[in-house]
Amino acid sequence: MTVIRVGMADLNVADGEDSLRTTGLGSCVGIALYDSQTKVTGLAHIMLPTSANANETNRAKYANTAVPLLIEMMEKKGANRRRLSAKLAGGAQMFTFAGQSDLMRIGPRNVEAVKEALRLNTIPVVAEDTGGNCGRTIELFSADGSLVIRTAKQGVSTL
Amino acid sequence: MSEEIRNLGEFQLSVLREVGNIGAGHAATALSKLLGSEIQMNVPRVSVVGFEEISEIVGGSEKFVIGIFLRVEGDIPGSIFFLLQVESAKRLVTDLIGNMGSAEPDEFSEMEISALQEIGNILAGSYLSSLADFTKKEMSPTPPAIAVDMAGAILSIGLVQLGADFALLVDTEFVQGERNIEGHFFMLPDPGSVSILFESLGVELQ
Repeated sequence: MTVIRVGMADLNVADGEDSLRTTGLGSCVGIALYDSQTKVTGLAHIMLPTSANANETNRAKYANTAVPLLIEMMEKKGANRRRLSAKLAGGAQMFTFAGQSDLMRIGPRNVEAVKEALRLNTIPVVAEDTGGNCGRTIELFSADGSLVIRTAKQGVSTL
Repeated sequence: MSEEIRNLGEFQLSVLREVGNIGAGHAATALSKLLGSEIQMNVPRVSVVGFEEISEIVGGSEKFVIGIFLRVEGDIPGSIFFLLQVESAKRLVTDLIGNMGSAEPDEFSEMEISALQEIGNILAGSYLSSLADFTKKEMSPTPPAIAVDMAGAILSIGLVQLGADFALLVDTEFVQGERNIEGHFFMLPDPGSVSILFESLGVELQ
């Protein structure tokens, strides 16, 4: 049982008894994909909706580039993209008082972009804990695809 | 632009350290006056760091902290964060306004939040005005925004601005010894700001 750490603007895959964990999601969104038959899981921690630069080297940073990359990596590990389902967490608005409405709305925009990327790949979103104004740490378990969400103020929940 | 940040040499970093030192000196003096007791600051650490390393400085991405966030507008745009341990922030506001707080140790009343915003205003204002004197550039802070949560979640709002996987970080530690208050003042210039900053200081980038 290994806990594989996924950083900010990072992604990784796991299977068997292993889990994937990413900490301190604020406006960022954690995308948790799961293939129930092979128990292959994938987790991405994206920061921005879309890559403005086509030559972007870090594909894990953007919703529109991270989703296809995560699917590819899961397929290499034996997953079938037609069986994948998604759970989402994050996309909070951490600061409620400030002038930069555009910057402050980055969380909801990230969530929308992730859903659009998943829709393009026909992956259904089966559960989500998004929005609000709290930070989240999440762990995705390959054994059953459950996503455990910890917040600083509202305790622990499982999707 | 991001390559410019990655390739900064020791000389450029030492110039930034000195600028940060003077800015933080003014900020510490202003805060000392406000509190009526001496606030000390350490010589700033100037470094080019990855996302993860920034939250490591305050104890990790999940560390529960209070974050005061301001955007810098004008000629040299960027982000400013003042991060405090929750207990430190409590002591700081009690020094400032007395015990008007919430009964919960990790919750802040409206009065306390206003006091913290004022502290943010004073720190950022004095820091930026000394930087403006130096560079002859215009800079002004937005009103401060406050969040009490995980450090990683708070800092990410500044990191999404950067458009790069690493940031130029000027980190100053504030310490008030007898009350054991500890805070980090982070200045994160936007990537385009770095060359403007150096140009205004008459320092060549390479």
